[in-house]
Amino acid sequence: MTQSFEIPIDKRRNVLDPVPELREISARTPLFRPPGGMPHWIVTDRELVRQILADDERFSSMPPPEQDGRKPDPHPGSLLQTDGAVHARLRRLVAPMFTVRQMKTLEPMMVRIVAERLDVLERAGQPADLMRYFARPVSGLILAEILGLPRDDLSELSRLGDHRASGHSPRRHSATSEYVGHFRKLVAAERRNPGEGLAGALIREHGNAVSDEEIAGICESIANGSIENTAETIALGTLALLCHPEQMTLLRERPELMDRAVEELLRHVSVVAAVSPRTALVDVAIGGEVIKAGEVVSCSVFAANRCPYGEGDGDADGNGDSGGGGSADGLDIAREPANHLALGYGVHFCLGAALARLQMRVAFTGLLERFPNLRLGAGVEELRFRVLAPQFGVETLPVLW
Amino acid sequence: MDRDSCVGSGACALFEPAFFDQSEEDGLVLPRVREAEPEALPALRAAASRCPARAISVVPLDGHDGPAGGARDRTD
Repeated sequence: MTQSFEIPIDKRRNVLDPVPELREISARTPLFRPPGGMPHWIVTDRELVRQILADDERFSSMPPPEQDGRKPDPHPGSLLQTDGAVHARLRRLVAPMFTVRQMKTLEPMMVRIVAERLDVLERAGQPADLMRYFARPVSGLILAEILGLPRDDLSELSRLGDHRASGHSPRRHSATSEYVGHFRKLVAAERRNPGEGLAGALIREHGNAVSDEEIAGICESIANGSIENTAETIALGTLALLCHPEQMTLLRERPELMDRAVEELLRHVSVVAAVSPRTALVDVAIGGEVIKAGEVVSCSVFAANRCPYGEGDGDADGNGDSGGGGSADGLDIAREPANHLALGYGVHFCLGAALARLQMRVAFTGLLERFPNLRLGAGVEELRFRVLAPQFGVETLPVLW
Repeated sequence: MDRDSCVGSGACALFEPAFFDQSEEDGLVLPRVREAEPEALPALRAAASRCPARAISVVPLDGHDGPAGGARDRTD
């Protein structure tokens, strides 16, 4: 692990698990100042993470100034990097389109896309890359349907997404503006002729009360928060099941556990290791420390999701009816769904939570039904992971069946 | 249920659909029942603790304190 010096402790993993250093530090203290000084604080304690994410009056989600003190570019329409009334207005424009019931109406579309991609995966021959032929296209195609994007746009967005996920800063910046530009073009076209997708719906329902820039920002936020996150969760969730064959068997024998399995896999893989940083607006005394006004706080959802669970936190301690896997953070698909933080907490809680959950459900159901003998097509030690991307991920996931 | 705090996460509607729904207008929480029996308390408490916006509180009905009390929404 020669690269481990460059990778922040809360982003390093042993395959899917936290590294021992992170476990040690989170057992010792609820928050700490990482070396390097940015962010100023990393919070690992579950209750403290909840307190901070619920406290949008003292912690801002606006992006902190750049290292050189330059103010970051404004992001009209961003659902993540806005506060208070500005955020609430945007969120309420789109929240009705992402309700549990609304997502349910999209299930047949999801089932069709999953079946199509399973055909493609099967035709690709063994071992096939589950990431390339299944997880990424499933997530992308479903989102394209929701946003009303032409399928051709997906490869371009995926290319830009890869650049944005790279550690190379100038390339990341230019990819980000191209990404946003892509949605501006889409919105301009929708304004002339509103289609069936989300942009068209916003234009039909709200007319000029919502600007093109805002709609483009909303679409970009949704694409950004959805395509990669869901793809990685499907791929890594599959990997988690493949690494725990007894859990895979249990899920095949008792498909009624699927909803619990989805929650457990969300918690276990926590692809978003830390939610977007918060900046303290005033001095805040918390967890025995004082976070000073202006300091940047990173909430480690991954560490918080992997600390031992106590009473009232969902039964994550093996009282589920699986009868096994009782360790605090071991994978146990039968446990009472834990109050995990994989989808965030507070006003910025994942807008697409119902979409992500249903999509995982449909994808895992399809995958298990199609391939009764699904297994890993490479040694776990051969897999290459994306640790510096905004979401943790695997480069390729070869599978056999 | 505090609709001012609600962010429309759907966590309640997904896990406890017998008690909670989401509005088609604004995506925010809607109660499916006015009052709940004591048997519903574990489910309601779970929904309250699971709510990422802390928008659900379980409170006893007036004059029915304690475990025998039902639950009602605090504000509509």
